[in-house]
Amino acid sequence: MSDENVRIGVFVCHCGTNIGGFVDVPAVAKYAASLPDVAFASDSLYTCAENGLASIRDAIKDHGLNRVVVASCTPRTHAPLFQAVCEEAGLNKYLFTFVNIREQCSWVHMKEKEKATEKAKDLIRMGVARVRLLQAQEESRIAVEPKALVIGGGISGMTTALSLADHGFPVILVEKDGELGGFVRNLNNLYLDGKDAVETINPVIGRVRANRNITAFLNSRVVKVDGFIGNYDITLSVDGREKKDKVGVIVVATGAMEYVPYSLYGYEQFEHVVSLTEFEILCKNKALPKIHSIAFIQCVGSRGQDKSYCSRICCNVAIKNALNCAENYKNMLGREETGAEVKAPVEMKAWEEISERRRRRRGRRGEEEGGEAPQAAPTEALEITIFNRDVMAYGVDHELNYNKAREEHVRFVRYTPENLPKVNMEGDKLVVDYWHDTLKMQRKMNVDMVVLSTPLISQPDAKDLSKLLKVPLGQDGFFLEAHVKLRPVDFATDGVYVCGTAKAPADITECVDQALAAASRAAIPLARGYVQAEALTAKVNPDICTGCGTCEAVCPYGAIRKTEKGVAEVIVAACKGCGCCGATCPEGAIDQSHYTDVQLLAEAKAALEGVVH
Amino acid sequence: MERSVLVIGGGVAGIQASLDLADKGVIVHLVESSPSIGGRMAQLDKTFPTNDCSICILAPKMADCYGHPNINVLTYSELIGLEGRKGRFQARVLRKARYVDESKCTGCGECLQKCPTKGIPNDFEAGLATRRAIYMPFLQAVPRVATIDREHCKFLTEGKCGVCKKVCKREAIDYEMKDAILEIEVGAVICATGYDVWNPKVAGEYGYERFPNVYTAMEYERLTNAAGPTGGHVVRRSDSQEPRNIAFIQCVGSRNVQLNHPYCCEVCCMHSTKEAMLAKEHKEDIKTTIFYKDLRACSKGFFEYVGRAKRDYGVEFVNSDATVQEETENHNLIVSYDVAGKSERREFDMVVLATTLIPRDSMPRLAKVLGVELTEFGFIRSKDRILARVETSVPGVYIAGYCAGPADIPESVAQGSAAAAKAVEALVEARVSA
Repeated sequence: MSDENVRIGVFVCHCGTNIGGFVDVPAVAKYAASLPDVAFASDSLYTCAENGLASIRDAIKDHGLNRVVVASCTPRTHAPLFQAVCEEAGLNKYLFTFVNIREQCSWVHMKEKEKATEKAKDLIRMGVARVRLLQAQEESRIAVEPKALVIGGGISGMTTALSLADHGFPVILVEKDGELGGFVRNLNNLYLDGKDAVETINPVIGRVRANRNITAFLNSRVVKVDGFIGNYDITLSVDGREKKDKVGVIVVATGAMEYVPYSLYGYEQFEHVVSLTEFEILCKNKALPKIHSIAFIQCVGSRGQDKSYCSRICCNVAIKNALNCAENYKNMLGREETGAEVKAPVEMKAWEEISERRRRRRGRRGEEEGGEAPQAAPTEALEITIFNRDVMAYGVDHELNYNKAREEHVRFVRYTPENLPKVNMEGDKLVVDYWHDTLKMQRKMNVDMVVLSTPLISQPDAKDLSKLLKVPLGQDGFFLEAHVKLRPVDFATDGVYVCGTAKAPADITECVDQALAAASRAAIPLARGYVQAEALTAKVNPDICTGCGTCEAVCPYGAIRKTEKGVAEVIVAACKGCGCCGATCPEGAIDQSHYTDVQLLAEAKAALEGVVH
Repeated sequence: MERSVLVIGGGVAGIQASLDLADKGVIVHLVESSPSIGGRMAQLDKTFPTNDCSICILAPKMADCYGHPNINVLTYSELIGLEGRKGRFQARVLRKARYVDESKCTGCGECLQKCPTKGIPNDFEAGLATRRAIYMPFLQAVPRVATIDREHCKFLTEGKCGVCKKVCKREAIDYEMKDAILEIEVGAVICATGYDVWNPKVAGEYGYERFPNVYTAMEYERLTNAAGPTGGHVVRRSDSQEPRNIAFIQCVGSRNVQLNHPYCCEVCCMHSTKEAMLAKEHKEDIKTTIFYKDLRACSKGFFEYVGRAKRDYGVEFVNSDATVQEETENHNLIVSYDVAGKSERREFDMVVLATTLIPRDSMPRLAKVLGVELTEFGFIRSKDRILARVETSVPGVYIAGYCAGPADIPESVAQGSAAAAKAVEALVEARVSA
């Protein structure tokens, strides 16, 4: 700063009585005027009101100020206002410093006015020490390639691609399989409207194919990604051939897969033990064997059994399948199984009536009261039981389906992780051996088929993709969004977004919502056409950097890469100026502009003035 | 071609939709019926499963929204008319007179301390505190501007007083202000009006308003909040003493066919778990018990969160319906429930009810204005439950958040963005066909 004559202006605000009622503001302003390099200091009732702002503007001109300190409320709401005033008066907005003497002083020291006044002086002294060393910064704009890459051609990826295309942007859609549609293609019907799953998504696939803004590549994957928001150089492998392109944003919609319940409940050991998805496939292809009773076991491999989480959708999928069985079983039978309809003898009809009455008497929960229900005689009515821990029929439609299932006499039997049900063969019969919590006794149930409701798990290649895109995975192996509450489809890294079951188990409606949300977020930089790079970024001194890679590892935004010389380099467009790299660098090779070591030390020294010599 | 969108509701879904649109260069008119944006999320103490302070993570978004050059925030306003069609709607918005000039008021709070008309129930504090006739709904209100409640203001009702005008150094008080009607042209509309809390008084078996120490969950949120009426101290209505144990009862009014709320509200299992954990953070030796039907902890990290509540916070979970039929002489509550078919009773110092969350009572009126259909439970009906949840039967009118059916915060945020995407598609389509 030696070549410059520093002239600081300090503006202290009363904020009505918010500050003025507890801090002696005129005395603080007088003190500020006594600090070195302070050319002007004043106080006003409301610095943010038009007359307060005018006084800043005038003072900058009249007193030749080249640094400004405002001591008032919070920069969160008011910094842009005061910075704009500085710019109007011809002063670079980075030559301004905010001192918070309301939230950080008057409001927390309402009962100790003298000390509050002294603290306000300390805070302003620190601000003055800091502002003296500040330098003008320039913000730069970086152009955005108005094109998107969507990874995954399931319902989520297709929905994102269609929306972005309808926003008017070209989209590259990459699908690793030989056809579009993803996981939904496995399903029989959809639980919310009962419509055929494939028939539901076929029109979406048709729209993707017909949309001139979408280029869909099948049998392809992303092999290389370089660059940052607005400027990604991507390399795809399409049918084994390399293809290069450039995009501005990337959406991850790679979906999930089904957990395979190896060595659980007789899976792959007994013929009629299948997973939920396998059961869907049997139903869809009308290949069910003839059965009289069926049991669904929920939370197989989830909620602590292997995976720690709840997979959200399986209860509702099981209920849907139970309803399908109850209402439409005959139409899902394998052809060889149908044959001539077996007429039940009269006495058997009586049995049905009796068991019907008993079931009704047992109440809504449909728990058994005494011994086993008599084995159903040859009849088409299925005995359906869902062994569950909690039924996750959240919201409106799922809960209504749950009610309907109980009306259709689907039995819901609760089990606890301490007493897991067991699936065995006794003779040629499948038997579920379970603990009845109400009766406090072990029970057995003969069934013809057992369906295991297993969770959705992350894709095996999620880890590779996460490294490629420099975005994180959570402990459960799914992609981790920027903020679980408020940024559900963003990654912390700008320019990369996530939706659907790549993020966490979700039903098809939720996937569509998220997919549209991801399109909305991704369209922001595309619509703007530029990204405003932060002026306050990290800077690497290549002469000191040893290329150890620590900064690259800690950067939450993927904003550091190594140059060909093996030293770190900051990608300005991606850097948020958080300072993690600077704090971590073992060589002290990284400085944070606007928060340089020198500036921070000056501020800290000012704080300790009179305390430590 | 219209390059603007009307967003109704300034809660987290409406804020997200507005920000997404505005960041793409679309002009947004955000209409909020109360004096401040923020919605329900602003009222909550913390949010599951991270226990983030709710207002602390929301306030920056509120400020971004209000300060955004493309967003015109119209608080204390309501949509009263909508004509036209997708791509070109004419909206009529009623701006209720707040009798305070928004451009002059700095929110210094002088008038709020001097107004002599006190004792009006404070809705933001779920009725647990009172406010004056001139008020700001909460500390972090956006805009940070006072509002005069015309029904209670002495000057507006009786022509005497005028204290607020006298103390206002900014001359922001204007008793002559009139309601105004704005005509706004927009290309699309997004409705995100959120929910109301059902009053459990109707169901006498929970003792609400009959026994003083029975609270709704929303009241409890305000009790645990440091900026709330008790400064964050959980104390009983009857004697201002800290409870030694608290019972949380789930599905109060919901999953109930008789009350026409057969649905599950989706958020209560988790907010009660959170509230039980927070009780422990406020007072270490407090005992908390949650009575539930099914514990619906089924989003990312939720099941693990419940595990933490059990393991680290000692929250007890009892799988049973529960009712509050009696209280003791010192207003402790007797909770009746059953375990393994046997009925049991236990005494609690405080009971918190996870009440049904229902569509806003203004929903039927607004639905009429918008021309959208409602479901039998009063939520706005989606065009297609699978592929078009955020769309309605009216082209160009989209929905987000709880008004479309039960949703938690991340779902509401995602739907806010999703509705914004559909709205932009509508604008683009209108431009192409124009």
